[in-house]
Parts: sequence; structure tokens; C-alpha cells
Amino acid sequence: MPTVSVKRDLLFEALGQKYTDEEFDELCFEFGLELDEITSEKEILIREQGGEKAEGASDVVLYKIDVPANRYDLLCLEGLVRGLQVFKEKLEAPRYKRVSPADGGEPQRLVITEETASVRPHAVAAVLRNITFTQERYESFIELQEKLHQNICRKRTLVAIGTHDLDTISGPFTYTAKPPGEIRFKPLSQSREYTAAELMSLYKTDSHLRHYLHIIENEPLYPIIYDSNGIVLSMPPIINGDHSKISLNTKNIFIECTATDLTKAKITLDMVVTMFSVYCDEPFTVEEAEVVYPDGRLSVYPELAYRTETLSGDFINKRVGINESAESIAQLLTRMCLRSEVSGEGDLIQVEIPPTRADVIHACDIMEDAAIAYGFNNIVRSTPRTYTVANQLPVNKLTELLRQDLTAAGFTEALTFALCSEEDIADKLRKNITETRAVHISNPKTADFQVARTSLLPGLLKTIAANRKMPLPLKLFEISDVVLKDETKDVGARNNRRLCAVYYNKSPGFEVIHGLLDRVMQLLDVKPGRNQGYHIQAAEDSTFFPGRCAEIFSCGKSIGHLGVLHPDVISRFELTMPCSAIDIDIEPFL
Amino acid sequence: MADNGLLESVLRLVEKVDGGTDSQDVAADLGVDHQVIVGAVKSLQALGEVISAEQKSSRHWELTGEGREIAEQGSHEARVFNAIPDEGLPQNQLMKMPSGKVGFSKAMSNKWIRLDKAHEGGPRVFKTVEAIEDTVRDKLQLVQKGQSAKLEDKEKNELKKRKLLSEVTVKSYWITKGSSFSTTITKQETELTPEMIASGSWKEKKFKPYNFEAMGVAPDCGHLHPLMKVRTQFRQIFLEMGFTEMPTNNFIESSFWNFDSLFQPQQHPARDQHDTFFISDPALAHEFPQDYLERVKKVHSEGGYGSQGYKYDWKIEEAQKNLLRTHTTAVSARMLYKLAQQEKFTPVKYFSIDRVFRNETLDATHLAEFHQIEGVVADYGLTLGNLMGILHQFFTKLGITKLRFKPAYNPYTEPSMEVFSYHEGLKKWVEVGNSGVFRPEMLLPMGLPEGVSVIAWGLSLERPTMIKYGINNIRELVGHKVNLQMVYDSPICRLDS
Repeated sequence: MPTVSVKRDLLFEALGQKYTDEEFDELCFEFGLELDEITSEKEILIREQGGEKAEGASDVVLYKIDVPANRYDLLCLEGLVRGLQVFKEKLEAPRYKRVSPADGGEPQRLVITEETASVRPHAVAAVLRNITFTQERYESFIELQEKLHQNICRKRTLVAIGTHDLDTISGPFTYTAKPPGEIRFKPLSQSREYTAAELMSLYKTDSHLRHYLHIIENEPLYPIIYDSNGIVLSMPPIINGDHSKISLNTKNIFIECTATDLTKAKITLDMVVTMFSVYCDEPFTVEEAEVVYPDGRLSVYPELAYRTETLSGDFINKRVGINESAESIAQLLTRMCLRSEVSGEGDLIQVEIPPTRADVIHACDIMEDAAIAYGFNNIVRSTPRTYTVANQLPVNKLTELLRQDLTAAGFTEALTFALCSEEDIADKLRKNITETRAVHISNPKTADFQVARTSLLPGLLKTIAANRKMPLPLKLFEISDVVLKDETKDVGARNNRRLCAVYYNKSPGFEVIHGLLDRVMQLLDVKPGRNQGYHIQAAEDSTFFPGRCAEIFSCGKSIGHLGVLHPDVISRFELTMPCSAIDIDIEPFL
Repeated sequence: MADNGLLESVLRLVEKVDGGTDSQDVAADLGVDHQVIVGAVKSLQALGEVISAEQKSSRHWELTGEGREIAEQGSHEARVFNAIPDEGLPQNQLMKMPSGKVGFSKAMSNKWIRLDKAHEGGPRVFKTVEAIEDTVRDKLQLVQKGQSAKLEDKEKNELKKRKLLSEVTVKSYWITKGSSFSTTITKQETELTPEMIASGSWKEKKFKPYNFEAMGVAPDCGHLHPLMKVRTQFRQIFLEMGFTEMPTNNFIESSFWNFDSLFQPQQHPARDQHDTFFISDPALAHEFPQDYLERVKKVHSEGGYGSQGYKYDWKIEEAQKNLLRTHTTAVSARMLYKLAQQEKFTPVKYFSIDRVFRNETLDATHLAEFHQIEGVVADYGLTLGNLMGILHQFFTKLGITKLRFKPAYNPYTEPSMEVFSYHEGLKKWVEVGNSGVFRPEMLLPMGLPEGVSVIAWGLSLERPTMIKYGINNIRELVGHKVNLQMVYDSPICRLDS
């Protein structure tokens, strides 16, 4: 969930009302936000870097507000205030308008060349005219781009935003892609020109930019935007040029978004312009820009599309569980920036979805907004009358019953991880990893998550190792799932419910483990015997001490092993005493 | 054990005095060593409430061995003085006496005797006074008679320095009559025996009282794991509410069922390598319900069923990627799809409690695997109010009655609600679960009828368990680093109390 940091006093000023922390927290809760933290720059610095670094830092109160991941329109102070003011019915949701250049001139134009197809084929653009920045507005503008980059733009992989002082450059602009050696410009915050190749190595150590290098690093061609004089606007998605950088004094802004996902690029552009057009001389108007595709197609952006959905008051009432008139539902929706009107036909409501609400893609999203405006906690809670008879999953039912009786037999239940290292299930058990049928994980952060376990035994032995101080004997068991490759399953693997128990003492206690097997079989109502019963017979298994291992058969089918563990297994799990173990598959008893 | 004769003598003495007596006085009265009386007191205590004895300690002065000798025979200097006849004694002869050396120098410094070194026949010792007063002996005799209080501290310390007196602490008992006081002793039995039962002799016998203050012997037993005890209770709650258990015994899942079927777009951050464990072997799932897969693809990329869709290029390669399921909702999706394939829809209530996996940064409350509790209800016409109602019933069974709901976002539910409960201890609202109504874009491609709503909620098993059993570090609860003593000692789990 993205967190937006806003200055409290600035926020209250914009809301035209002061709140106590509790009151504001309450408002957030109702609206679906979360006042996560109340802090200041100074506090953050003290916490992150120690008291010295924080000296002189601002102690202006900051609110850190958690915003739902799909509400890009709430990622900056401007958006938050607009959303809350409309919600509180203190403001009518603005109408965003795309306009042609005021002087009747040609719109700005961005021409995409076909070279971009292989690396980043889409681009959209727009112009904000006659904007007035203040320090706070400027910071918020930069911060919004960063928030969008981290969220909808998926760390710039899907979309990258570039904003430029239009008065320093001249269109038409060209979006193309070139070999890194042929790109040369002075990037933002640098004092000289670099080639793209040089930049990539320069930014290897940049704490911020290094995270984006991988997006184009291995491409033969890098995306690049030029103006008509060959000045570099930006090398998306890495860095803008220094020449066109915006400042507090910038009046006219050219915004371009390059992308691998056109839908997301359009939304991103809409967000930037809807949020900040409020500071234009003519608020909420955005000057159009043309984008020309390699095939000659011409599109005009920003889209700023309004869509109308028609739904019935009855639909909302039935889904939410309330009983409101169509008029009052329309009013509820209007408070959520979804301007709504009763159409006059029955209880049908016309709902207008503004460009800021890209998250509204279905009637159910509208229904949710009606419920939020109504107040989740005002809805009458009622029990569904759905009549059903409960059933337990047979394998879980058997597990629950066996667990009880294993503890009655004096064994204590362990709960170990389903993921472990290859070593745990192979080397340490004196097995070859290839014979384990183990499922392997491709992206483990540590060796502890290399494979899904194929046996419960390593977990039990590690539990003993971590509890060597406990009085002997230690008698542990676990009934849980292991995972085995199985080509007959759609995913190529299946779980297998197993029962494993160990006895750890000064003597191996084979008879104890053998007695446990007899008890388990008694519980499962399987009698000793060769054919319809169970029996054990000497077997060789590398995990066990030679001559001290037997295979367990039930109704003629092998279900597992029991025996005294091999001394090497004991040592490899950092244990010192003899140990006997049983490991069986319980699924045949379902 | 002291013999009954002595015990009865003690009891007779106790009987005579009102308000009790000191064991030291008893020893003096009976003329036996105090330790013998202490033994007798202990034997009497073991008989029950015959007497009550309170231990006390007192400090007093006692003669040392040498002190006792002096009290009897006089001080060394007095003995030296008395040994000297009027005509004197040769010094070498005097020095041979047992008290010679010490007595000579003391008598000299007391000026009781003099030494004539020039005497013919060798140095000779003569008395200088007619008679002496042996104050050392007198003082020691006072102490011996128990009248040490008559001496000044300075005098006692002087004698202590000469190793004639020592200060000792005496532990004695203050003995009073007990509630079942009697001057006769009945022998007590320790335990009931089969013979006593057979002969009926138990009727005449007195039994030694038990010490109910002591702990019993711990039973030799096994123990259930606390997290599993809590799991059992949650299962029980769902079963009581008529929920059927889902088959969640499949840790390996395809991205298709884990994400795509839930209308979670392919670029969603949860599908990132940083959040999810992907499988390298077997890397890909094969076999999907083909027509359903096509509908899922369409709703993601183009929309449909009243939805705008996400409008992106949906790729089968992404959907095929195997992973360790990140939520049990993958199983709910399989179950709902299966339900949709029935000829006629029937309402269902499903639940599961099983492991899920996240490739997350680990800390005191987060592990790479944890247990998810999930409840799902599918029926015609379910409302958001129904979801709140059923959550209220569910949480009431956990002993949580104060609930409120916060709007939230989840890619596959709309509306989505975070469930908060009021924590009386912390005096604030804390999040206890997540819930929502599954999106039509998830349900309709499965083939569920239009009017069917599916409500669902989830929470983790570990968090309520940690709160229930007061565990701060999750590693002490889950995994091999568990503290077995904690497992042995953990009480039964009743979630509503």
C-alpha cells in the first residue's frame, strides 16, 4: 500500500478545517485511508540516521497516510484534499477539460519512430499552460511523479514520466531509440555531457537510479526523446536532460510518458495533469498534444475520458444490503467523485466515471463507493440464510484424530517448516538430491528456502537440535504434508500427508518406535499380518544404520520405514545421542 | 524418630503450660540435650495438628571448652598462685604445670607473684599477696549459670578474645498445643495399603497428613503444539457454522489459479520475484480448463461481463509459471470453478486453514510461510451486510464482539473491507482480518450464475495464537527453533475465554 507524506498544517489549510489527530484518523478510516504515522522530517532523520544528522531538520508535523493501491488520484496532497472535500460535500468534483492551444496555434507534437518498437513502443504527451508553482506545489509535483513511478508505473518498467520546461525547447519532438554510444547529452544534476553508455556506468552506484538501469541495460537501442533542435529531453526510463529541467519559475510544462503498457501510460498522464492543472491560470484545463505513431496514426492526449455507466438503485441496495432511494444513492456516489443523476427511468442512475477514477472498471466498483459513502459501519449486519451441512476433509479429519492419540502415546507435536535447504533433505539424510523427487524454488533469498521438504524427518531432527537442553528422552512427532513431483498433476507436483516420529535418548529405543508403529496400526484398525495386515521387513536405506532399518508394509503396500538413524545423519544434524525414527504415508488409510 | 516415651513427656510438659513453652526449657526440664527435643518436636509435627511449633532463634553466650575448665578449676593464673607454697617454687618446676606458661604471665601482670631471678638454686617464684579473687572464674561461672546478662559487654568481649566465651545462635521452637492436642501418641500410617482395605484396619489407623503445598509428579505424556491447538479450535468454529473444509493439500500452484483466475493482473506487484516463490522444477503447469482459460484471458485483456478489463496483453506463459501458493484463495478459486461446473448451482460454505508462502523479508512477526484461515460463502443475493453479519458471528466465537470495518483494496474483491476489533488492553482498534465480495470478473468467467455473490474473509493463524499464548517472537512458535518447554507448558485453547 503506497504511503503519502503530507504536511499536516498545509493539509488542514487546504481542507479549510483543523482536525485533532483522532478526528482526522476517524475521517481516514471512514474514507478507506489509514493515518499510518504522525511524524516530522526531524523525527525520521533521528530514527534513520541518528540525532546528529537531524540537527536543523524541520519539525513541521507530517502525516503519513496509507492510500489503497488502486487510488492513484490520492497519491498527492492535491488529490487527497480534492477527494476528501468532495466526500465532505464542501467541494464539487471539478471537470477536467482538454483544450486546444489558446493562440489557435498548432498543438505540440511527439513523433514516435519505429526503432522504439523493440524497447518501449508507446508514448503519450500533454501540456500544462500558465502554471504557478510555489515551493510546496513544486515539491508535491515531483513527489507525485515518484509515487506514480513506484506504483502504477511498476518502478518505471511499464511507464516513465518526463516533465520539461516547454519554454526551453521547441517541438515537434521525436521519440526514437538509438545505440547507447550514439546518445550524448548533459543529464539532470550533472555538469557535463555523457554518452548513454557512460551514464549507465555512472548510475551503477546511484542509490536511486541504479534500480531502473536493468530495464534497458541489455537492449541494443535505448529510448531517447529529442526536440526539433536535437536537444535531449529525456532518456526514458532513466533520466531527463538538464536543459529542459523544470524549476519554481516554470510556466509551461511539457509532459511525456513513454511506456510498454499504453493503458497505464494514459492513466499516468491523466493523473499528472488532473492533479496539477489546478494551478494553471485556467484551472483544470490541459492543453492537448499530438502523438504520431510510426504507421502515421495520430492520437491526441491526454484522453481525460469521462464514461457513463447506468445502473439501478435496486442493484446497489441489493448488493450492499441497504434500502435507499435512487436519489440518495446518486448523492452518495457524487460524494465519491462519481457525479450521478437519476435518469428518470425507474430507479436507473447515470454515473459518470471521471478520468481520475481509473480504478472504477465495473459496476461493483460503483457499488463499493456507494457503500463507502453510506458508511460501512452504518450498514445493518445480517446473517445469510444459506443452509449447508459441514464436511471435514478426510485427510485432515484423520490427521486430527491421529494427533490426539499420538500425544496420548507420549509423543509431543512439532511444527516445522515446509521449505528447507537441499542439504536438509539430501546430504544430511545421506540421500542424493535427484532421488528425492523434490520441488525446487527458483528465487530463494537464502538456502533455507531452496526446496519444498520431501520428508518430515529433517524438521524433527532440527527441532531436537534446538532443544538439546531439554531432559531426555525427547519424543517428537509431526503429521503434515511433504511435496513430491508428480507428473500426473496439472502443476507437476502433489502434497503427501505423512506421519513422522523420532525417539532421542541415550539408547536408540528401536523398540519404542516399533511400539509406536504397533499403536498407530492398532488405531488405524490394521492387524499384524502379511496379507491384509501390516508387517515390517529388513531393508536398506541410506538414512538408517545398516541392519537397523525395516520397511513397513500395510496390506502388501510399502508405506514407509522405521529404524535407528545412521550415525552420520545424527552428527550432520548436530546431535550426539542415538535416535530412532518412523516415517510413513498415511494417505493409504483414508 | 524419637521414642514415644519422650514424645509423651514433651506433650505432658506442653499440657501444663498455658501459652506455650520453649524447646530449650523443655530440654532443661527433661534433662536431655536440646537437639533431642528438636527431633521430638519434628516427630510430633509429622503427626498432624497435635502441637504447633514455631521456629525461633536466639543468640546467647556459651563457655568454650577452656572456659568450662576454668569455671571448674579456676583460671590459669589462680591455679598458678594456688600452686605456690609460702616458701616459693622454682620457676622451671612451675612452668611444667599445665597452666604454667599462661598462668605465670597473667599472675605476674596481676602482681600476685614475683620472680627472684638471683635466688640460689635457680630462679624462684613467690606469692606477693595473701589471697586472690579469681574474677575470671567468677564471670565464667555466671555465664555458665545463664546469667551472662550480669556481665558488661566489654567483659564478655575480653573473655571472647581469650577464647573462653563464644556467642552462639540457638534455633529452638516455641511449642503450643495444636488443634488435635493429646498427650498420647498414635502411630500414623503413610499410605493406605491393599492389606488395610482387606482387613479393614484402616478404620483404626491414623494417616500421616499430606503436604498439599508441594507440587505433584508431572504425568508422563505428550503435548500438542499450541498453533495446532488453535487450528483445531478454528476448524471447530467453522464446522459449528456449517462450513465444509476445502482440499488445500497442494502447496504448489500455478500462477493461473493463484493470480489470473482471481483477476489479479499479470503486472501486479504480488507477482514479483520479490514477493512470491517461483518454482524452477517443475517450472510450468500444463493442463488448464481451456475454455475457462480463454474467458480469463479475455476479461483481463479486453474486459467483458460489464467490466472494462485491465486492457493489457495477457500471456499464457505468465499463467503457467508454477509457484508456492501465496494464499489459500487459489484453492477457493478451484473450488468455485468446480462449483460452477455443476449442472445446477447449490449454495456452499467453505473454509480452509493451511500454509501459504511469501518470499518476504523475515522479522519477529513474519516468516516465509504461515497459516491462512479462510472462509467463503457462495449463494444468491448475498450482501455486504451479510458479510458483516457472518464476520460478527465468526468473531463472536473467538470472543471478539466489537467489530468495525474499513474500506480497503484487494484486486479480487470489491467491496473489500479490513476488519478491526477493539482491543481492550491496547485501548485501540486493531486489524484482525480482511474480507470482501469476490469480483464479477472472477466469478462470471468461471460460469457461476449472474445473481450469485461470493463473500469471503481471511486472517492468519499465527497472530491470534501469538496473542493467545503471549509469544512475541514467531520463531519460538513456528519451526524447529520452537521452545519445547513452551509446548509442554501451554494450556488448552479456548478462544472465547
